[in-house]
Amino acid sequence: MANPPTGVIHEQAAATPRASAERVTLAPEPSFLLSAATLWWREVRTFYRQRSRVIGGLATPLVFWLLLGSGFGTSLRTSSAGENYLQFFYPGTVALVVLFTAIFANISIIEDRREGFLLSVLVAPASRWALVLGKIVGATSIGALQGLLFLPLAPLMGISVPIERIPLILAVLLVMSFGLTGLGFFFAWWLNSVQGFHSVMNIVLMPMWMLSGAVFPADGAASWVRWVMVVNPLTYGITAFRYYLAPAGMDVGGPSIVTCWAVTVAFAVLTLGASFYQANRSSPESLG
Amino acid sequence: MSTIPAVEVQDLVFRYGDRTALDKVSFSVDRGEIFGLLGPNGCGKTTLFRILATLLKPDTGVARVMGLDVVREPRAVRRRIGVVFQNQSLDRKLTASENLVHQGHLYGLRGALLRSRIDSLLERLGLSDRRDDKVDSLSGGLRRRVELAKGLIHQPELLLLDEPSTGVDPRARLDFWEYLQLLRRQEGITVLLTTHLLEEADKCDRLAILDQGSLVADGTPGSLKEQIGGDVVVLLTSPNSDRLSGDISKQFGLDPTIINGAVRFEHPKGAELVAQLMQALPEQIDSVTVSHPNLEDVFIRMTGRQFGETAAASDQG
Repeated sequence: MANPPTGVIHEQAAATPRASAERVTLAPEPSFLLSAATLWWREVRTFYRQRSRVIGGLATPLVFWLLLGSGFGTSLRTSSAGENYLQFFYPGTVALVVLFTAIFANISIIEDRREGFLLSVLVAPASRWALVLGKIVGATSIGALQGLLFLPLAPLMGISVPIERIPLILAVLLVMSFGLTGLGFFFAWWLNSVQGFHSVMNIVLMPMWMLSGAVFPADGAASWVRWVMVVNPLTYGITAFRYYLAPAGMDVGGPSIVTCWAVTVAFAVLTLGASFYQANRSSPESLG
Repeated sequence: MSTIPAVEVQDLVFRYGDRTALDKVSFSVDRGEIFGLLGPNGCGKTTLFRILATLLKPDTGVARVMGLDVVREPRAVRRRIGVVFQNQSLDRKLTASENLVHQGHLYGLRGALLRSRIDSLLERLGLSDRRDDKVDSLSGGLRRRVELAKGLIHQPELLLLDEPSTGVDPRARLDFWEYLQLLRRQEGITVLLTTHLLEEADKCDRLAILDQGSLVADGTPGSLKEQIGGDVVVLLTSPNSDRLSGDISKQFGLDPTIINGAVRFEHPKGAELVAQLMQALPEQIDSVTVSHPNLEDVFIRMTGRQFGETAAASDQG
């Protein structure tokens, strides 16, 4: 490794001493959008530099989908006629991609704290809102993008994705991803270890996914499970997604599309608020 | 230039539960100074550093940076300070210059202005040829320089450095100090750093010595050492340090202290006194050291303990 020689700090390189009067000029007023955008971009950039995360976030759901979907095959009859399990399980798989990506992206909050990056953001004049928003929107866009990468697989399994509905599907993915990332942020902010976050994932996030109509429909479930599914906000995102994948006019069951949208959006707003509240309470412990 | 001090701290108190991390600490730092906060680990200097960096709010007391209250006007303070933490704050998956771009954006810098700032900082710090290398692949000394560039991107008036020499090899440490002095000379920047290294504290213009949350002394390294006056004599004895200490105080009218089994005292003419001591108590003295006072002696004088002792006893900053 070619280290520069000692005395690298050349006087002449550092010419143009500034007059002391000039020193008073402050850097421009920090801008909210610029701060949020730069944190968003950093999030996306670092994510795609970690190949293991990119692949892990896609491969696990893919394996789940192919093995479970093909395994159950036609032995599980879902409400919609003629649908096999591989097809039924498809929206849930995409939701799992979004969920995994949101989880991985939120682990970066814990790493940022451990590695000190977070502290350097906290002492910058950028607002806390910009920090929270940059982080969450960053993880959201990664999640939605990863989910989108799954769309081309649908036709291969006999699921037709109407082209004109892709923008709507993307919108659902984005809002769903936003909500899940916000929830992850909320947990990640006060957890100081990646292990702790994994247990939250197993206790909260995975059951949330399992009881969202992603794995099995509500119709045949025990009544307490049905109730959990009704209060689970993820149910509404999955149902909306299912709705847009289904042929026009086909009943997918569950709540109406308007309800789905309302709940999904409300959940995203709620978790954003909770994350912001969390990030604004800086206790000595939260500084790492 | 205005006469408002760069840093002004008055009766600062900070508690972690029952433990008082800072107990009525007051001092001020003039503009253009390189000011050191010296103390063993756990003395409260990191807490003080975090208050000045607007990360913690003091329980009582006031801290001002460039006349701005750190609690009431944190954002205005943040724009004027550059902070370099003890732990690395760089994103290791990004390159040196990518790190600086993100940092610049957080301070409202963009476009050509930001690019020229980055170019000139990287050049000054001898990093131009490594700018597109991932931070992961840089040596510890080089990373330290990127950290410094990160803290300087917005041309702060006050640079806060937490233990800047921790984990850095001696050559990199020297480079670092050379650059700090250059910066101060050319830009009139004020530097406040924390350290537990006596030789680093010696390089500061002025110092405040913290021990167990209290400020025990402040002044220039020279004036602090002068307070001791004369020589420091340290005697090693095998039989019994209490006896030796007692004999010295009886026969010579001195007031020695015993630290880690060694008997020590300060005397204006220590060297001359040693000859008499050796004659008077030959069988008790194994070895003698006479030295000019250093900052360690100042610390011992102020606290009655050796500098290293408290460091081992506590590990929280």
